[in-house]
Amino acid sequence: MPIESGEAIARIAKALKHKPGALLPILQEIQEQLGHIPSEAVPIVASELNLTRAEVHGVVSFYHDFRSEPPGRHVIRICQAESCQAMGSAVLTAFAKTHLGIDFHETTADAAFSLEPVYCLGNCACSPAMAVGKEVYGRMTPQRFQEVLQEVAGKSE
Amino acid sequence: MNTLYIPQDSGALSLGAEGVARAVQSEARKRGEELRLVRTGSRGLYWLEPLLEVATPSGRVAYGPVSASDVPSLFEAGVLRGGSHALCLGPIEELPYLKQQERMTLARVGITDPTSLEDYAAHGGFRGLRNALGLSGEQIIKEVMDSGLRGRGGAAFPTGIKWKTADATPSPQKYIVCNADEGDSGTFSDRMIMEGDPFVLIEGMVIAGLAIGATQGYIYLRSEYPHAYRVLNLAIEKAQSAGYLGGDVLGSGKSFHLEVRRGAGSYICGEETALLESLEGKRGVIRYRPPLPAVSGLFGQPTIINNVITLASVPLIFDRGAAFYKNYGTGRSRGTLPFQLAGNVKRGGLVEKAFGLTLSELLYDFGGGSFTGRPIRAVQIGGPLGAYLPEALFDTPLDYEALSGVQAMLGHGGIVAFDDTVDMASMARFAMEFCALESCGKCTPCRIGSTRGVEVIDKILRNRNRKGNLHLLRDLCDIMVSGSLCGLGGLIPNPVLSALKHFPKDFGIEETEELH
Repeated sequence: MPIESGEAIARIAKALKHKPGALLPILQEIQEQLGHIPSEAVPIVASELNLTRAEVHGVVSFYHDFRSEPPGRHVIRICQAESCQAMGSAVLTAFAKTHLGIDFHETTADAAFSLEPVYCLGNCACSPAMAVGKEVYGRMTPQRFQEVLQEVAGKSE
Repeated sequence: MNTLYIPQDSGALSLGAEGVARAVQSEARKRGEELRLVRTGSRGLYWLEPLLEVATPSGRVAYGPVSASDVPSLFEAGVLRGGSHALCLGPIEELPYLKQQERMTLARVGITDPTSLEDYAAHGGFRGLRNALGLSGEQIIKEVMDSGLRGRGGAAFPTGIKWKTADATPSPQKYIVCNADEGDSGTFSDRMIMEGDPFVLIEGMVIAGLAIGATQGYIYLRSEYPHAYRVLNLAIEKAQSAGYLGGDVLGSGKSFHLEVRRGAGSYICGEETALLESLEGKRGVIRYRPPLPAVSGLFGQPTIINNVITLASVPLIFDRGAAFYKNYGTGRSRGTLPFQLAGNVKRGGLVEKAFGLTLSELLYDFGGGSFTGRPIRAVQIGGPLGAYLPEALFDTPLDYEALSGVQAMLGHGGIVAFDDTVDMASMARFAMEFCALESCGKCTPCRIGSTRGVEVIDKILRNRNRKGNLHLLRDLCDIMVSGSLCGLGGLIPNPVLSALKHFPKDFGIEETEELH
């Protein structure tokens, strides 16, 4: 871990530790800024909050959102919950996996896309739904999937 | 100047509302037309999104579903004056889908600018709070009791009793926590409120604070709702500057502070005690009850924890009175519920109605049948822990008691429809799989039973000792029901056993076969 990251982590922890129940907000901010929670963050956060490393690690590993490895530039999450299943999310998911050449929890070799399952995006009247980063897309089809991918890849270039 | 309305609700955005808004602005500039574009929440008529509305002397006229490429032709047709066009739907309030609803809790969603205090006040906002400020804590609680309001998160516990318990527990610090971890598939009413009318939730939480003397509130919002996060924070900031929140609420000398906290992708954190653990910065592991959160909740202090819709229903009760609210509904299910119509349905969206309409009214009259045009074969009500019902039960009235009569539950009011291509055995398997994924791990029947459940269902489907394994599955479900502390392990047998009961063929069981 570069020294700057260590400093950033300590700075975040110090800035937020006064909040009651500060651990989640701190971890969320670390992930927001660094893209993931490096394992080196655990002792830094633990010492700032006067917790054990096991307690911090336990929280990091409990929640689906926290990742210990950096993701691709775009994180694609495809909803796997019932409403989207009723509208063909299985077909969409299979297409996405083949199209990207990766499975869930994997990142493409060019580090452009990571693929994750998600259980409900609250867009159930427009199923099947998926999200790229913070943007939600509804009534997805394999064709629209390709269009969205081109669109987001174009934006980032 | 002409006023146009385009939703900024994430459902509308997911279908391209942002592009439509940009196209409208640029087309207006090109034509030298002046217009005021208001970004609203969604009306909840999602099959018509992105919806564009224009103010005319005879009310708002709607166009939809609009794509960015339709915008030039809409201007050509005189959209700013409500001109006729292939996409014109006429006066929005006259659409049967809306006209037949009883919009009470979601009265303003889709109409007002979500973060405009002026708009909120002009549509009846803060009247409830002003009335509540003239009452004692006990009087506030009595009013909530009299309204018959029950928790809308799923458990349907009487809200007034919860508040009374928290009030009766002495403590220098009490909390109001809003459960905005809307994780059930098929539900989005909390999101619509938070994105489309956040002040009503804030107002409800302030009233709850006044009721029990709590000075701090938290909204625990699921991380999957980034738009709601942005809108809520903006609304809180505005409410604070205007004196609706802070150290001296509307000059009453009473204080109430509010903060939004985000979850981190864990379904179990929608369970109230796991949510409190998570708010305290811990793993979302559920707690034993008693003590109830109302007695010992957040940081061990008396805490009212209510769902978004519950809290958002409170201002109306104080604006119009408990009797007005109670007048809607049936039996012990009083008031309205925002039903959410999702899955394989033609006209998915939000339908707020008094309790008591039937499932088939919702599925066919509102929903228009399946999206695919095939027969609707099964419906799951109340999220991933809710039962699957077959067509034979579609005339069941939607109220808490009638549904428990058919071993189902209303939950948070989400209704997911499946057409006849669904394989119910795989849905039962998915329920167990989901439970295994989201179990907090505290109770063995849920933590391990869910994985064993997947395996047993697989064996049944492969016809390996089917009779014995069916017996085992029922046994396992029995242990999960009686041996789990919370609703995840305790209720996941609902979808499994209801699928088995109503759709035995999907499990390879012939009708003549002995099931027990």
